[in-house]
Amino acid sequence: MANQSGAEAAYAIELKGISKAFGPVQANKDINIAVPKGTIHGIIGENGAGKSTLMSILYGFYKADAGQIFVNGQLTPIPDSQSAIRAGIGMVFQHFKLVQNFTVLENIILGAEEGQMLNTSLTKARKELERLARDYDLEVDPDALIEDLSVGHQQRVEILKALYRQADILILDEPTGVLTPDEADHLFRILKGLKEQGKTVILITHKLREIMEATDNVSVMRRGTMVATVKTAETSPEQLAELMVGRKVLLEVDKGTARPGEVVLKVEDLRVRDEHKVERLKGISFEIRAGEILGIAGVAGNGQSELLAALGGMQAATGTATLKGAPLPLSGAGSDGQSRRRSGIAHVPEDRHHHGLILDFTAWENVAFGYFNDPRYQKNALFMDNDAIRADTERKMAKFDVRPPIPTLAAKSFSGGNQQKIVVAREMEQNPALLLIGQPTRGVDIGAIEFIHKQIIALRDAGAAILLVSVELDEIMSLSDRIAVMFDGRIMGFRDPEKTDERELGLLMAGVTGKGEAA
Amino acid sequence: MDRLPRWADVALVPFVSLTLAALISALVIIAIGQDPWEAIKVMVQGSVMNAYGWGYTLYYATSFMFTGLAVTVAFHAGLFNIGGEGQAQLGGLGVALVCLFLPWPHWTLALLGASLGAALFGAAWAAIPAYLQAKRGSHIVITTIMFNYIAASLMIFMLVDVLRPPGKMDPATANFPPETHLPSFNEIPGLNLVFTSGVPANVTFFIALAMAVVVWLLLWRTRLGYQIRAFGKSEPAARYAGINPTRIIMITMLISGGLAGLMAINNVMGEAERLLGNSASGAGFIGIAVALMGRNHPVGVVLAALLFGFLFQGGAELGLWTKIPIELRTVVQGLVILFTGALDMMVRMLLTRIFALFRTRKLEAA
Repeated sequence: MANQSGAEAAYAIELKGISKAFGPVQANKDINIAVPKGTIHGIIGENGAGKSTLMSILYGFYKADAGQIFVNGQLTPIPDSQSAIRAGIGMVFQHFKLVQNFTVLENIILGAEEGQMLNTSLTKARKELERLARDYDLEVDPDALIEDLSVGHQQRVEILKALYRQADILILDEPTGVLTPDEADHLFRILKGLKEQGKTVILITHKLREIMEATDNVSVMRRGTMVATVKTAETSPEQLAELMVGRKVLLEVDKGTARPGEVVLKVEDLRVRDEHKVERLKGISFEIRAGEILGIAGVAGNGQSELLAALGGMQAATGTATLKGAPLPLSGAGSDGQSRRRSGIAHVPEDRHHHGLILDFTAWENVAFGYFNDPRYQKNALFMDNDAIRADTERKMAKFDVRPPIPTLAAKSFSGGNQQKIVVAREMEQNPALLLIGQPTRGVDIGAIEFIHKQIIALRDAGAAILLVSVELDEIMSLSDRIAVMFDGRIMGFRDPEKTDERELGLLMAGVTGKGEAA
Repeated sequence: MDRLPRWADVALVPFVSLTLAALISALVIIAIGQDPWEAIKVMVQGSVMNAYGWGYTLYYATSFMFTGLAVTVAFHAGLFNIGGEGQAQLGGLGVALVCLFLPWPHWTLALLGASLGAALFGAAWAAIPAYLQAKRGSHIVITTIMFNYIAASLMIFMLVDVLRPPGKMDPATANFPPETHLPSFNEIPGLNLVFTSGVPANVTFFIALAMAVVVWLLLWRTRLGYQIRAFGKSEPAARYAGINPTRIIMITMLISGGLAGLMAINNVMGEAERLLGNSASGAGFIGIAVALMGRNHPVGVVLAALLFGFLFQGGAELGLWTKIPIELRTVVQGLVILFTGALDMMVRMLLTRIFALFRTRKLEAA
């Protein structure tokens, strides 16, 4: 939209007194925020703090119960996303909205076609795309199919889509959740480029590091209110964390030394092939002792998921494995999830939405998920004892501080952190001999991260063997008693977290072995 | 998106959908030069205003309950079983074989035997598509609909070449022996005070109601039902939990096919008392609409089955007493299915908007 009185308006976006309630839940309470033009503005807050609701109001998905939106100094009602686009606002969602079997170019013009014939639009878009790629360092092959692109490139297409619609204000919702550290760095370079060209960027995240790295100003939200807006240069991660959570937060994990006991899990020459017969695990051997955390470091997609799947009974594998000396079948009979649970293996899967939970199920149904055969949950031979499950759920919710502590609420109604607490509570409370835990704090807010880390340490001290997989190097470094680095389906080496650093691990993660170790 | 209050979701949405379907039906009747008011009067009069009408409405509803429950059970496992028609026909074959070739001393025992036969044959007909889905990944929608055609051909073969008594011309079995006769409502003490003339509704109605309770218990109170629902919501999650997909697909489809097959005790054993061609006469397909409209919940299925029973009986009355052709029944059913099934989301969105509007008004006023 052309801006007539542009010279005087210092703010690209100004929200005044925005409130929004969903039933009894006040998602946004009298929010005021002003985003200066040509800056990168971070919005940070725990899951469920109301960041996404606020941005959905700005993008016309929700109608605010009260409040006003000013774009470039002018009062602009935004009843739907078309109005948002006309006002020059573009949004890049956490989950991309791209047609997988369309080319980049086709996706870009989708919904912005001009005339009856596609050719005119396509030719125009191709030229525009070349210009954008030049100006903003946003190289993407316009004729590539989306399904062939990496996640990082798909995100660029989303940004290009917004820019093609002449967005001056770009909102990115948790953009780095799906990116590798390298891709994330590149994204931040792109955002800085956009800023230099006079665009305004709003970055929603719960990662303190990104805020510190990329933004000029940062607004902190807590429980639906805006608690502070500060200049990034004048704050610290500790201060932001405290503002977000409302109390002092320990960013470092406090743990005593491990006292490893007998060997619990011993794996030799573990191999996994995917459905295309490609070998994803290429002969892995390791052991974990009781009271020990083995951390698996590595860039996502180097076989960690397959390792968890094979041990958790979700995927057939070859090789040998023993649990406390007893053979653990890796394929065929006795290798399913139920057998694993019976033998004392609990599994917090990497992806709680696709594996760990049934989102449409209630919390109590999810607490029985995987443990529906548990004798404590049966009334008699025929029926389950739903009351017993609900009571057990209440107990677990209290112990793990799940909010709200309502067993009959659907899992999808909980925030990410609380969903994860439900999964973690379910698995840890089985007192497993071996806990497999993947990305324990992905998409989880700081308060919950601290809590989950404490629980993992407590389980270790109680004598469980723990296999921890995480793409967050900080998490691996602070929790593990030993670290194994995976690259391309192999373990590149084992390290003592006390005697290594991020640089050395980073090299191993990239497949570089310094000391001539066998790969 | 704002959400609808529960009462609106459960009651108002179907009500608005039905009203819309009724309005369009009225337009169609006007278009063919008839009086829609007259049509409604005839339909209501002939189906629910007297015991005789109820005797038919409940008879049809009984069949639809079975097929609706069959679709419901499969739906909760994420399987769309549209082979109820074929499974019900095979169920009829099972009933016929049990009634014709086994000696029965009393109808209660015959009912037990015939129920087993019906469920077994219906389940067997669902087993092959289930196996193909579980092991080969052949889509259950395609295979079950193909099996409807195979069932139709198989039944013609059975009736014409195998089961037809010598000397008879019509493709049907011999009449079942009198010991297998199921009491109709007019023969049940107590009920016969209301149903004074002969009606097709019979004891099977109570079996259908019992089955609705059984299905509810199965889905929401047993481990198997828990696994079925979990599998239906998310197959990857089910795999994580150690739920065996092959086992769940097979068991669910056997139960679903068995329920569809059970329908045959109502129409083949309870009403016709012999097996005729095209015995299911579309009830298998109506079961899909019943399940859709009943929101895949046994209580909803029972209510939706009653509604479709009313439409079926009322539609037949139209053909009898007015110049409106009986085919209009199909039009009305089609519209009901269209609005309650396919256009459900449209009504829902519309109502959601209206509710949201009221809500903001209230807030502004406060």
